[in-house]
Amino acid sequence: MRGASPLTENRGFLAGMFSSRSFVLGFGLTAIFVAAALVSFFWTPYDATALSVVDKLKGPSLAHWFGTDHFGRDIFSMIMVGARTSIAVAVVAVGIGIVAGVPLGLAAASRQGSLMDEVIMRANDLVFAFPALLIAILITAVFGPGAVNAIIAIGIFNIPVFARLARGAALTLWTREYIFAARVAGKGAVRISAEHILPNITNLLIVQGTIQFSLGILADAALSYVGLGAQPPIPSWGRMLADAQTMIALAPHMALFPGAAIVLTVLGLNLMGDGLRDIFDPKLRRSRS
Amino acid sequence: MPLFADPCARLIAGADGNMTASDLLNRLFMAVLTLLGVAVIVFCLLRIVPGDPIAMMISPSATPADIAALRAHYGLDLGLPQQFGIWFMDVLKGNFGTSISQRRDVMELIGERLPATLELVLVATILSLALGIPLGVLCALKPEGIAARLVQAVSLIGISTPTFVTGIVLILTFAVTLGLLPSFGRGETVQIGPWSTGLLTASGLKALILYQLTLIMRLVRSELIDVLSSDYIRFARARGLSARHIHFTLALRNALMPVITVTGLQIGSLIAFAIVTETVFQWPGMGLLFIQAVSFSDVPVMAAYLLFVGLLFVLINTAVDLLYALVDPRLRGRS
Repeated sequence: MRGASPLTENRGFLAGMFSSRSFVLGFGLTAIFVAAALVSFFWTPYDATALSVVDKLKGPSLAHWFGTDHFGRDIFSMIMVGARTSIAVAVVAVGIGIVAGVPLGLAAASRQGSLMDEVIMRANDLVFAFPALLIAILITAVFGPGAVNAIIAIGIFNIPVFARLARGAALTLWTREYIFAARVAGKGAVRISAEHILPNITNLLIVQGTIQFSLGILADAALSYVGLGAQPPIPSWGRMLADAQTMIALAPHMALFPGAAIVLTVLGLNLMGDGLRDIFDPKLRRSRS
Repeated sequence: MPLFADPCARLIAGADGNMTASDLLNRLFMAVLTLLGVAVIVFCLLRIVPGDPIAMMISPSATPADIAALRAHYGLDLGLPQQFGIWFMDVLKGNFGTSISQRRDVMELIGERLPATLELVLVATILSLALGIPLGVLCALKPEGIAARLVQAVSLIGISTPTFVTGIVLILTFAVTLGLLPSFGRGETVQIGPWSTGLLTASGLKALILYQLTLIMRLVRSELIDVLSSDYIRFARARGLSARHIHFTLALRNALMPVITVTGLQIGSLIAFAIVTETVFQWPGMGLLFIQAVSFSDVPVMAAYLLFVGLLFVLINTAVDLLYALVDPRLRGRS
């Protein structure tokens, strides 16, 4: 793990990033879906919520690239808008996890064994005592289904993940000489955490962030599949799959495209995470070459 | 879903303390405290569930007096702390009340549904360990081989595919296209001794296994690669020990440590994720019961289910910690 690197080293690092095949492939896949989500703000082939009974259950064709669903909606347009929902939910949820979890973890590490450390870590355990999906279902069941509640639900289970990661990584750093030097120089725990610890755990946070991002997409798809995510008429991949399941014998293409969208997005993020981990962790890289 | 930050974090956190009797008591005390916290959270959340269960039970001709009587019958007219006290004492006695939508004892309902879920989860776990560990070892020992590369590529798709997508694909191939297997439910139950099971024909199981299997396999692979590049393995090689002894006795044992944690956590998440899997396949387990309870705002069933899963999670986490102390001599008491 390195600290803030000089510019030249950074350039070499970027080149290193794009020499990892997993990273390039994953980055490419992810970029396609992010682009689809962004473009959907300005343009989709059809209105993703427009019903058209005459066109219902059409297979893929030139007019409707991915076909139409049981209400005659254009599946390609729905997937574009659905990408927007999925990515928005996952990004904000990971953001909640990082913004709340990392400071908690750093604070706990700066006073290891103190009451604050105990309280923070035990509160984490409490959240961990419930499987993530269950918390999400509980929150959406109590406060009503919807995209915002899905974000909060997924965000909450991200907090202990980042808190634990930050604490574990920071604890080893606190024993280093340069941290000791900073303490001798009179820097406080908050300043040391922000100036010396945080930059050194950024790599770890980025890798974990990618993984949590893909888990967020999966969780959002699962929630909307059981009907607790974004509500109709807002298109969501999970909801599209649930609808498709009832029509599976009639129109298998309805399941194929949203299913592929979920798998490819998550695959892209996983590949990216794998690639980043290899780049950041020279030990694993060495054993591969 | 793998929700742990770092499988080794637990190891590091535990490494400073020797496992003594007082540590054991401490660990158990924390487990009880966590459970109490879970109970309070479940209670608070369920008190604010929208939708008045009383409103769903009364007939349109009920008078306000009838409604009040019904409220009193379910103890809904008391203050929150008193309600919690009464509810908690009942829970301790194993009395979770009566399901509002099905008018049946909650424990009875859960008891009926539990075997189906446990069967799904345990068989999925055992099979994925039995297949995942050898595959992971294969990929770690011969990372450049064709088989390893193939397994590695397929496994990436495996962990990227949620069970409900796998499930729908399975339904499409086997039930719709080939007309082979029942697409939902436990299928034909087969009687093996006293154990009646539909597992042999169930697609739900295969969907769960794919994800678990790839997760275990990838973990074993990365841990083993990590261990194999460590100093003690290098020294063992220098001493001229056989590759077989190094790989399977020295390295694998250490590489399997995090697998214990992850398997423990996964059993918990599998039970939770069964909510989705059971919905896909209409598998008559606890998850399906919970989802139905949510749509009826059937609070007693929801509460019992959540407490039960919380209890399972805490038990598994505690067991994993204790198991670590057993397996890893470094954590054993040296006093």
